[in-house]
Amino acid sequence: MPEPILQTKGLEAFYGDFQALFGIDFEIHEGETIAIIGSNGAGKSTFLRSITGMLKTQGQDIQFLGKPVGGATAHSLVKQGLAMVPEGRKLFPSLTVEENLMIGAYGRSGSDWTLETIYDLFPILKERRHHGGTELSGGQQQMVAIGRGLMSNPKLLLCDEISLGLAPIIIKDIYEAVPKIKATGATMIVVEQDINQALAVADRVYCFQEGRVSLTGTPTTLTKDEISAAYFGLEAEGAQ
Amino acid sequence: MDWINAIVQGILLGGLYALFAAGLSLMFGVMRFVNIAHGDFIVMAAYGALLAVTFTGVHPLLSMIVVVPGLALMGYFGQRILLNRTLGDDILPPLLVTFGFSIIIQNVLLEVFSADSQKLQAGALETASIQIAEGLNIGLMPLLIFLSALGVIGGLQAFFYRTSLGRVLRATSDDQDTVRLMGADNAKIFGYATAIASAVVGIAGVYLAMRTNFDPSVGPARLLFAFEAVIIGGLGNLWGTLAGGIILGVAQTIGAQIDPGLQILAGHIAFLIVLVVKPQGLFPKMKG
Amino acid sequence: MSMSYTVQRSTKASRVAMTVGVLIVIGLALAPYWASRGDLRMMVEIFYYLALAQMWSLLAGYGGLVSVGQQAFVGLGGYMLFALAAFGGVNPILALVLAGVITALVAIPTAFVAFRLTGAYFAIGTWVIAEVFRLGFAQVSALGGGSGMSLPASIVRSIAESRSGREHLVYWIALAIALGSILMVFLLLRSRWGLAMTAIRDSETASESLGVETYVTKFLVYVAAAGMTGLVGALIFLQKLRISPDAAFSVQDWTALVIFIVVIGGIGSIEGPIIGVIVFFLLREIAADWGSWYLIVLGGIAVATMLFAPRGIWGLISDKWDINLFPVGRRLITEKD
Repeated sequence: MPEPILQTKGLEAFYGDFQALFGIDFEIHEGETIAIIGSNGAGKSTFLRSITGMLKTQGQDIQFLGKPVGGATAHSLVKQGLAMVPEGRKLFPSLTVEENLMIGAYGRSGSDWTLETIYDLFPILKERRHHGGTELSGGQQQMVAIGRGLMSNPKLLLCDEISLGLAPIIIKDIYEAVPKIKATGATMIVVEQDINQALAVADRVYCFQEGRVSLTGTPTTLTKDEISAAYFGLEAEGAQ
Repeated sequence: MDWINAIVQGILLGGLYALFAAGLSLMFGVMRFVNIAHGDFIVMAAYGALLAVTFTGVHPLLSMIVVVPGLALMGYFGQRILLNRTLGDDILPPLLVTFGFSIIIQNVLLEVFSADSQKLQAGALETASIQIAEGLNIGLMPLLIFLSALGVIGGLQAFFYRTSLGRVLRATSDDQDTVRLMGADNAKIFGYATAIASAVVGIAGVYLAMRTNFDPSVGPARLLFAFEAVIIGGLGNLWGTLAGGIILGVAQTIGAQIDPGLQILAGHIAFLIVLVVKPQGLFPKMKG
Repeated sequence: MSMSYTVQRSTKASRVAMTVGVLIVIGLALAPYWASRGDLRMMVEIFYYLALAQMWSLLAGYGGLVSVGQQAFVGLGGYMLFALAAFGGVNPILALVLAGVITALVAIPTAFVAFRLTGAYFAIGTWVIAEVFRLGFAQVSALGGGSGMSLPASIVRSIAESRSGREHLVYWIALAIALGSILMVFLLLRSRWGLAMTAIRDSETASESLGVETYVTKFLVYVAAAGMTGLVGALIFLQKLRISPDAAFSVQDWTALVIFIVVIGGIGSIEGPIIGVIVFFLLREIAADWGSWYLIVLGGIAVATMLFAPRGIWGLISDKWDINLFPVGRRLITEKD
């Protein structure tokens, strides 16, 4: 088996004295799409913040493209090929749609994803390209955020809760883009609370619970009971 | 005619104030950082011009060739080495560190150059003027400064809206955290922002030295003028800052027309009135 | 085995400090009988700088209000003393107290204007306001305009007949004001307001969601600190017997030095300003003839403190030995019985 694109061993994370992650072992290979599911506070976002360098990871065992990157800064990881679509989209309000996309290529760019190919993926954005980034509807803003992440032509794209706060029909639109992105050979981690959506696009699943990996497997082999036990925890299951 | 003259001179003076203010506005916009030593940096640039002119004998305007890049470099490294350490959620460290700088700069200048008042001689430029009407003359120097202010603000505006670095600076102003996910290094971006702001401070300092007498103690008053122009104009809007500078300048010259002792006080009072009536400034930031 | 809890407000260190403190205060109160005239003068200065430092620390360290315009209230207090005594015929000692009250009253509308700005802009805004006061008083010709005025000799004599009598009285007032400023901060912090202020300092949004009326609390702290600062200003110019706009509203003397004192000693504690004042006067004695280098060095120390030990000397001490001389907080003691 070839070396994983990203691998963590025993990853821990803290907010002050509060420990949010307790030894996460994780790996993703080239071309794979992995869904990370789990309830609120399970540590999914903390995990993404750690591997993107937004949280300090000094001395931790994280390998990206075969190199140790524990303690690396967020901006240097972008240059190495990691891109993130942050939770809540986080578009820049003073920038237009097109400028929001262009800034995605600030640290790193390439030839696969350019303004043209992003506009092919999300045609509506071409129409709206001179609008303010935050003047768009929630779904369109999410498209900008995904496009912005792709503009750096990343080796690995992280998507944090891209369905959050959107109507089901819009979520469907957004997720239609995922196979198209996969078709270009992209490697993706999708963090989701919406289990069905996540299982539909993922090759493998990690379920997080209280800062630990409670379950891993492929969508086809995991049963519903296994997932709900891993998702809600045994006590919650016992109470139901 | 006296009053019209006062207003015209005030508008021109506003150009100088806008130059004072542009750097302050830019640094606050990008970093939410207020440099209390801003006025003292302007005075330092003025002394830099004085040194350049004294040693080389060139025309004061040419001293910008040295002063502007010199200030920009100082700004970049000062930000990266010292000021970046003070940034964070707490507003105390940047305020108190730059307040300390203010006192240090004033006293170093005092030791080196004494408290004597200085002025750069700009030759014919100083006395030349254009007569608009009987009793209404526009001095060439104030006009040059005003046009420079237009040029600097127009240039900054083009830089912010037309270049990749400008775009990142605007994005940083929106959200310094998320911009890191675009591959931007905050520490470096802040260094660039301060370098650009300091280059403008350099221009402002040379003009200050050419237009008025200066001594080591005049920095704080320049900080207050710059601050007032920024607040009157509305945060985050450079053209607003120019308008703020003009309003301040006109208030001062009208005050001086009533009684020479009222010049500065009239400017401060105009500022306080705007603050009470429209705390967001007259031209708050627009999107897009 | 059950546990019981008691809430303890004093510590052993604070009880020892209390005893030592009482002895020091008695010694200081008797200073006119043992100290030289020069020493007394300097101690008056120490006392008023201590009071100014306590007020600035209260604003910045607890109220989150970083002001670089406290000279507005020093100058206003001084000018009110002169105006009341010279033109109102008020006894200078009574005028001193009234000057503090008037300054607090003037601080109310001032706060309405200054509070339109927040954070760093508040700081510069307070400076503009102080400049307005300075330039405004320079326009009042009855008070000597830009060159200022002296307290008339007849009024000076009405304080006390002899020069030493006056100096002793000024000394005791200064001591009382210094102790009063410490007591004021101490009582404020121990009160309900103190809890609110600590909440504001720790997190403005959190305290708002806790229902603490941030604005009102800040407002009251600002006005109270202004009143005390005005009282100190009146004392300063009662000692100097001469006032001018530039001296009364000097940002360097009444704000810059005070900020350096607090930063070096330690922001957000009662002990910090006390230590800062001692360091400041020791340094001033050493550097008596350094000219402006003295300010350069002092500013350099303050900048370095801010960068490398932001809680000042007292922060270093209290971290190392966990002591607390002024118990403004509450400690939860767990006992097993």
